[in-house]
Amino acid sequence: MRRTGEAGLNYLDEFRDPATAKKITAAIKSITTQPWNIMEVCGGQTHSIIKYGIDQLLPDEINLIHGPGCPVCVTPLAYIDKALAIAAQPEVIFCSFGDMLRVPGSHHDLLSLKAQGADIRIVYSPLDALNIAQANPGKQVVFFGVGFETTAPTTALAAYQAKQQKLNNFSLLICHVRVPPVMQALLDSPDNQVQGFLGAGHVCSIMGYHEYLPLSAQHKIPIVITGFEPVDILHGLYLCIKQLEENRYQVENEYSRVVKEQGNQSAQQLISQVFDIVNQSWRGLGEIADSGLALNADYDDWNAEQRFAVAAINTQEPAACRSGEVLQGLIKPAQCAEFGTTCTPEHPLGATMVSSEGACAAYYRYRRHQHV
Amino acid sequence: MSDLKLNCPLPLQYEQIVMAHGGGGRLMQQLLDSIIQPVFSNPLLNQKHDSAVLNVNGSKLAFTTDSYVVKPLFFSGGDIGKMAVCGTLNDLAMSGAKPLYLSCALIIEEGFAIKDLQRIVESMQHTAQQAGVLIVTGDTKVVDHGSGDGVYINTAGIGIIDANVNVSPADIQVGDSIIINSDIARHGIAIMLEREGMNFDSSIASDCADLSGLVLDLIQAGIEIHCMRDLTRGGLASGLIELAATSHHAIEINETALPIHQDVSSACEILGFDPLYIANEGCFALFVPEAQTAQALSALHRHPLGKQACQIGKVKATHPRGTVTLQTAMGISRVLDLLSGEQLPRIC
Repeated sequence: MRRTGEAGLNYLDEFRDPATAKKITAAIKSITTQPWNIMEVCGGQTHSIIKYGIDQLLPDEINLIHGPGCPVCVTPLAYIDKALAIAAQPEVIFCSFGDMLRVPGSHHDLLSLKAQGADIRIVYSPLDALNIAQANPGKQVVFFGVGFETTAPTTALAAYQAKQQKLNNFSLLICHVRVPPVMQALLDSPDNQVQGFLGAGHVCSIMGYHEYLPLSAQHKIPIVITGFEPVDILHGLYLCIKQLEENRYQVENEYSRVVKEQGNQSAQQLISQVFDIVNQSWRGLGEIADSGLALNADYDDWNAEQRFAVAAINTQEPAACRSGEVLQGLIKPAQCAEFGTTCTPEHPLGATMVSSEGACAAYYRYRRHQHV
Repeated sequence: MSDLKLNCPLPLQYEQIVMAHGGGGRLMQQLLDSIIQPVFSNPLLNQKHDSAVLNVNGSKLAFTTDSYVVKPLFFSGGDIGKMAVCGTLNDLAMSGAKPLYLSCALIIEEGFAIKDLQRIVESMQHTAQQAGVLIVTGDTKVVDHGSGDGVYINTAGIGIIDANVNVSPADIQVGDSIIINSDIARHGIAIMLEREGMNFDSSIASDCADLSGLVLDLIQAGIEIHCMRDLTRGGLASGLIELAATSHHAIEINETALPIHQDVSSACEILGFDPLYIANEGCFALFVPEAQTAQALSALHRHPLGKQACQIGKVKATHPRGTVTLQTAMGISRVLDLLSGEQLPRIC
C-alpha cells in the first residue's frame, strides 16, 4: 500500500519490499537442487504466506507445510464447551480474545451465546478483564486464557495481580499451550514429513530459542526462528534450505531484531511462578506430554474450572473432518472433500477453518477461487 | 501421537441474529438475499444501488435511507449526527443526485443527557446547512433504559438527478478506470481505537464527510460517470466485490496504488485487521471511461476531499459471477472475497 502521513510503525515497508523479496527468491532458486518439506510453525506465518502468495514465488521443489501454530485452532472442544458453560451463567461477564468467539463448541459458539443475551466481551489483554472485574464487584468476571507462550505472560500477570489484590470476583479459564513439545511430537510421529522448521518468532521473543537446540540436534533438523513479514519468511526459508542443501542442522535466528537466545526472562519467570507444565490435548492432534500450562495450586482460588465446577466437562470430539491431517501437514486444506463445500468460515467443520490464522481459513479466503 | 484423533465439531446454523449479520460481509449478504430481498423484491430494489432512482412526472429522483448506531456517539472527526447526515447525503450522491431534503428519526434511550442530544441535533443541522439541504420531517421515540445505546438515528433523503446523468452498477463497462478520492480505513480505525479505549498515541480522525459537493463538481466538469459507491461498512474490498457481482465484471486493483495513512496502517498491524475491509465514511470508488481518467483526477484534486484521489484499478472483463483481484506488491494476484462477518481482533 502507498502510505501517507507521518512515519508510523517502522519495520513494515522494508520487510515487504518487492525488490528485496525478488532477490531472496532468486537466491532460493539458485541453491535448491532437490525437494524439501518445510513447516512454518506459527499461524501468523501461514496467514502471511497465503496472503502475500509467498508459496507461489518458490521453486516447485519447496513444499510448505502449515503447522499447528494457531492457538484458536488447537484449543480442544472440551475447553470451548467449558467456556460456553461458564459464559452462560447469569452472574458472569466472560472476557475473551476476539477470534475465540467464533470457534464452534458441541452445540453453539460464544457469538451465538452472546446473541442470546450472555455478557461476553472482547478484550485485547487479560489486564482489561481485570479492570472489568474491579469495576463490577457484583459480577463474576472470567478471562479465557488461550494461546502460546506469547500470550501466557500477560495471562500470568493478570492472575498474579488478582492474587495480590485479593480480587475474588475474577478467575481464569486456562488453555495455554507450548510450542517445543508439539514440534517434538510431530517429529516423533511415524508419518512425519517435516525436514526443516521455520520457528515461531513471537513465541521465541518470550522464550528465546535455547529450547530448540536439543530438538534440532536430536532430530538432525534445521530450525530457523523466523518473523512474519514476506521478506522475513523468504529469508527464513533461504537459511533453512541452505542448511538442508549443505546437510547441516542447527538453530538459526532470522528474527534477530526481536528474538534473543534467552528471550524475555522476566516474562518466563512470571510464567513459571503462576503456571505448572502439564499434559495437554490439542484439537486434531490428541494429548501431547508437557505441552500445556495450567494454573498451579497457589492459584486454585482463581481457577475458573474449579470455581464453576466445569473441570469434569470432557467432550470427545466426533470424527468428522480432517483438520488433524492439515495440522500435521499430511494434506493441504483444498485436498479435503469438505473444504469450501460443507466446511466454510460461516459453518466451520473444524477449527482450522475458524481463525483467520487457521490454514483452512487462509486458503478459503485467499485461494478458494482457485480450488472450488 | 499414536492415539491421533482426527476430529471436529458439527457445523452451526445461526437461529438468531448475530453481530456479523450487520457486519457488511457474507452473513449480511445472505440475510439480505434470503430474508429481505425475496420478500420486498421489485425492479427498483433489485438494482442494489445506494439509492433507488425514481421517475416521478418526468423528473429523476433519488431516494435512500440509513440508520446510524455508532459507539462512541462522539469521536475524533465527527459524531453520530454528522454521520447520519453525511451518510445519507453520500448515498444520494452515489446515484449522481443533488441532495435536497432529509428526514430525521431519533430513537433515544431513557436517561440520555439532553445536552448531548442538543449537541447531536446541532451537528446535524450544521452539516445539512453546509450541504445546502433541509431536514424537513422527523420523528422522536424514547425507549426504556437499557434498550438502546444512548441514541440511534435514522435519516432518509431525497435528491434530484439530472436527466443526462446515468450512474448505476449496470453502467459499469469493461475498460473503466477505478478511482478513489482519499486514503482508506480511517473511520473504522478511529472508532475502534476510541471504543476499545486503547492507549494508542495517534491522532487518527474519522474521514466522515459529505461527498455530494465533490460529486457535483465531477458532473459539472463533464465527467461521464458510470458508477460510484461509498465504501462504508465492509470497506473498499466489500464495496468493489458487491459491484463486481451486481454488474458481472472482473475488477482488478493494485495494492501498491492504495493510499493508507501511516497511523491507520500501524493500528491495523497491531490489531490484525485488513484495511481493505475497514469502514470509511468519506471515501468512494468512482468508475469512469479510461479516456477520462486524467480529467476526473484533476477535477477531484481541485476539491478538499479529493486531494489524494488516485486510480487504484480497472474493470478488466465481463465475468459471470463477478470477481475482484488484488495485484499484490509481491507481484502475485489474489482474489478478494467477502469476509464472513466482522473482523475479530486476533490473539497474537
